Amino acid sequence: MINLDSKVPAGPLADKWDNHRFSIKLVNPANKRKYDIIVVGTGLAGASAAASLAELGYNVKVFTFHDSPRRAHSIAAQGGINAAKNYRNDADSVHRLFYDTVKGGDYRSREANVYRLSQVSVDIIDQCTAQGVPFAREYGGLLANRSFGGAQVSRTFYARGQTGQQLLLGAYQAMAAQIATGKVTLHNRSDVLDIVTKDGQACGIIVRDLLTGQVSSHSAHAVVLATGGYANAYYLSTNAMNSNVTATWRAHRKGAAFANPCYNQIHPTCIPAGDEFQSKLTLMSESLRNDGRIWVPRGLDETRMARDIPEEERYYYLEEKYPAFGNLVPRDVASRNAKTVVDQGHGVGALKNGVYLDFADAIARDGVETIRERYGNLFDMYERITGEDPYQRPMRIYPASHYSMGGLWVDYNLMTTIPGLYALGEANFSDHGANRLGASALMQGLADGYFVLPYTIGDYLAPKLGEKVVPTDDPVFKTALEEVDSRTRQWLDVKGTKSSDHYHRELGKIIWEYCGMSRDEAGLNKALTEIPAIREEFRKNVKVLGTADGLNQSLENVNRVNDFMEFAELIARDALHRKESCGGHFRVESQTDEGEALRDDENYSYVAAWEWKGEDTPQELNKEPLTFENIKLTQRSYK
Amino acid sequence: MAKTISPSDSRGRVKPLRKRSRELPWPANLYQTAVGKKYIMALTGIGILGFVLVHMIGNLHIYQSPLEVNDYGEALRDLGGNLIPRTLLLWVFRVGLIGMFILHIHSAWSLNRMSEASNEKYQSKRDYIAANFASRTMRWTGPIILLYLFFHLADLTWGWWLGDTYIRGDVYHNVAESMSSIPVALIYIVANVALAVHIYHGAWSLFQSLGINNPRYNAARRGFATGLAGIILLGNLSFPIMVQAGVISEDNRTTPPAGSVTSGALAPLSQSTVLEVGS
Amino acid sequence: MSNNLNFKLRIWRQDGPDAPGSFLDVEANNISEEASFLEMLDVVNENLLENDIEPINFPHDCREGICGTCGVMVNGQAHGPEKATATCQLHMRKFNDGDEITIEPWRAKSFPVIKDLVVDRSPLDRIIEAGGYISVPTGTPQDANATLIPKEVAETSMDAAACIGCGACVAACPNSAAQLFTSAKLHHLNVLPQGQPERWKRTEAMVETMEEYFGTCTNHGECHEACPKEISLDFIAFMNRDYVKAKIKNRSLASQAK
Repeated sequence: MINLDSKVPAGPLADKWDNHRFSIKLVNPANKRKYDIIVVGTGLAGASAAASLAELGYNVKVFTFHDSPRRAHSIAAQGGINAAKNYRNDADSVHRLFYDTVKGGDYRSREANVYRLSQVSVDIIDQCTAQGVPFAREYGGLLANRSFGGAQVSRTFYARGQTGQQLLLGAYQAMAAQIATGKVTLHNRSDVLDIVTKDGQACGIIVRDLLTGQVSSHSAHAVVLATGGYANAYYLSTNAMNSNVTATWRAHRKGAAFANPCYNQIHPTCIPAGDEFQSKLTLMSESLRNDGRIWVPRGLDETRMARDIPEEERYYYLEEKYPAFGNLVPRDVASRNAKTVVDQGHGVGALKNGVYLDFADAIARDGVETIRERYGNLFDMYERITGEDPYQRPMRIYPASHYSMGGLWVDYNLMTTIPGLYALGEANFSDHGANRLGASALMQGLADGYFVLPYTIGDYLAPKLGEKVVPTDDPVFKTALEEVDSRTRQWLDVKGTKSSDHYHRELGKIIWEYCGMSRDEAGLNKALTEIPAIREEFRKNVKVLGTADGLNQSLENVNRVNDFMEFAELIARDALHRKESCGGHFRVESQTDEGEALRDDENYSYVAAWEWKGEDTPQELNKEPLTFENIKLTQRSYK
Repeated sequence: MAKTISPSDSRGRVKPLRKRSRELPWPANLYQTAVGKKYIMALTGIGILGFVLVHMIGNLHIYQSPLEVNDYGEALRDLGGNLIPRTLLLWVFRVGLIGMFILHIHSAWSLNRMSEASNEKYQSKRDYIAANFASRTMRWTGPIILLYLFFHLADLTWGWWLGDTYIRGDVYHNVAESMSSIPVALIYIVANVALAVHIYHGAWSLFQSLGINNPRYNAARRGFATGLAGIILLGNLSFPIMVQAGVISEDNRTTPPAGSVTSGALAPLSQSTVLEVGS
Repeated sequence: MSNNLNFKLRIWRQDGPDAPGSFLDVEANNISEEASFLEMLDVVNENLLENDIEPINFPHDCREGICGTCGVMVNGQAHGPEKATATCQLHMRKFNDGDEITIEPWRAKSFPVIKDLVVDRSPLDRIIEAGGYISVPTGTPQDANATLIPKEVAETSMDAAACIGCGACVAACPNSAAQLFTSAKLHHLNVLPQGQPERWKRTEAMVETMEEYFGTCTNHGECHEACPKEISLDFIAFMNRDYVKAKIKNRSLASQAK
């Protein structure tokens, strides 16, 4: 068993973060330069952390497998970022954002963390605006807001449909300024393939240079993982092709507990797959649900064009079932309902794998120009991909794997169960519970990187003043390095017949089928036998050509698929053990009479933190109980 | 195998192609960078354009009468009246013009060199979309114009190949004589087409280089450049064509040659036709 | 259901930065018209693998046109024939059955080929590091609404900030100039009130760093045509003006400091 001490400070909710900042140990400004910190990943969390830590005076080494830090997948976030500014005078507050987030997460997140997130959300907007993020503005020059799923206030700030891009550029530019001063050293095209610990503490990483194939060791006083989520385990997802679980999975194998891996968000508004060889699914911002109406034909085997189907034969299923929130229900609810109607045979499109998102009413109401201004780039993107004009005919959408709420278990300081190893942003599990609300991922990534870690890391580092980093010729590094090198090279010797993509696709089908939008015991058990089987076959029969001593994208990929193969089993195991439904985790056995997710607070109000027990032993379950002192647990209802 | 090397050591970054030189005092420092050179190129381009336009318009006097065009030449020499020594102002213009030519050509040459040094050729055929004939041939139309400039000076200012038929100061006579030869007329025509093509891109591009642009007038810029190139082309082409057509011809001449009328005034000025009299 | 298409591809292959490269002729058969250009390459790679030929390395990541990783020359055009579209968003339905398609990496002296279609674009990062930021350390700056920004200013800043840094502008430029990229980055920050204190220093530093790596601008406009985000040539003009101003302003700022 591991000790899951969340280190949540005592005291009233609203004062916890203040008290904590006062009580944790600090590193004197002049001493910060004596510490080296490794940051892995340059998305919102990684870049903001690297910049902030370097500004404080720490020596930061940053690693990314991309050619430029600005390519991290945060860049693809479209809709916006939440903040409890109450600029709209619509009764928003820190407490309301906190409440919405906990409720949206179906009461499976840690209260204190979420409250802190809501508190610092306000600072994020100030910081980003000062950095030059061109948020949308009103004519008077004030910042504009839009509303988003799961909230009844307008608190989402946005920069057209490219909010993630603009926030990432802000963080990247802040980091670039530090690269220029030399406080940040950038290692691009560097794949982190292992975490190294000594005496139970994180002391460095093993990195493969993607250009030369050379494997090297890097040591530091602390290691920060900001490596994103694992939605690509499903193969088809909205994540970038190279997004992977490797760093967090390798950390898990070195002793970091992995929390709630079964909480994976299926995003309701993606473009459905067009064919078998589709490599990824493209997300259409959830903000589209503000103006678009979702429907399917009432009849089965409908063949008419959408516009020829009369109003009374259209089934606006979200509006009918959830009159209060209508098309703006949280993502998990919207996704599940789409699956339900498609499974019933109401699906639209050639493959009958989508539902309509219709803008005809919005265009009639606000005019085509207004709609173009709001969503023009999204409409253009949709047309490029599908060849259909959404101004003329409704979009087709369908849910796709999008975001992982689960991740490495972290305490209130964002430290994993390995001392000195931190996890930020999507890589940790902390703030979104079982379901993430729209426009909250950007908020969390930046909160962790700008405003949480820079304070809390001092608590760990302060007592280490004067300690040298573990030298990279230490046996712990040598062993790890040799292991990584041979693990990478072995793939060239398998000489099988199928590509790693092939196996990744097969793996994706299994977990999409059994660990997707709805799960049941029989299916999960099936997954638990099928995943090891496909993994075995993959390891025996994968085919990788080329060399390990230079750029080889197939070789990069096979390492990642291998880790997904191991990790997928944990998703299924976690999903199987959690016999309740909550948020993104819908167990068929646990639903209300109306088919809504039914939680079991009595037995499952805890964080499931899995502990690595070795290659052939199943992980051990550890529980961090969740207590709610400030929110009354209710059945979520968006009716 | 257990080596510890930092990736940035083992593979090296993309190295700069060129180093910055030590910064000269303002405004010479402007000319040290490509953006600054383009700025100078645009400014000198404006100056030269102004000259080309005025020169073309002035030459239209040839259609009034031989006397008018010769008087026009004389008036240029007399700029500034009696306040300053005769031809001083003209020489100031000339020196300025030569300076502008030198800067224009030097900046073009060094910018071109910089681009060549930065460029890596594609192995398959490029398909250009925006780059037009004019913009891609600036580096060819430029030298053509320069060569033509020398030819033109040698032809009508220094009278190198008109030989004995060349009469200093008699613009009408020299033009009519020179351009009555078909090869010479062709040279003038080809060169002036090159000039117009050069102006077609240059007069649009200079706004861009100077940063004088307002999105509202962008469409007008294209029109301006086309119009300017067109007017200059029409005016300049008219001379060889009209000579060939016999409109400008010694046979039609009703006034005596310049030498016999204003020989006194012309004597010290023979070299002054260097840049402003001709085609 | 979708139709399937066949193509004859000529793809650039190059083992490493210093290795000589050449075109590989390969057929891409039975490609769904729903496939994106990169998905077509995925299929080609699967076939190469089956035939024991090493798959082609090509740059790609998000496949939704925003990360800026992808980008190749398709039939002599950066990002291919469709306007305002990155390679990953180019779809095979835009091609005709039987088309010959030539695929080449970006080329410029400062974009050396790493392998096959993958090039090193890191000089673009050097330009940002030279000054493409607003120096505002993490902390609590003023309230976000304390400085009003006219909507038009925010919009033009956003127009410029939409740049994805893919390098198509450099690749398309006959002079290998990076003016469109640099000017977009400058314009994004230079028009905002927050960007004013460092405006002149930033402009000078970024332009001069750009010139260490790239060619010069002849105002062809190829960059704009290739740009998947349709970044405007106007930004180049703004940059030129700001640069000359910067040379004067930095001089007077320096004299004030004395």
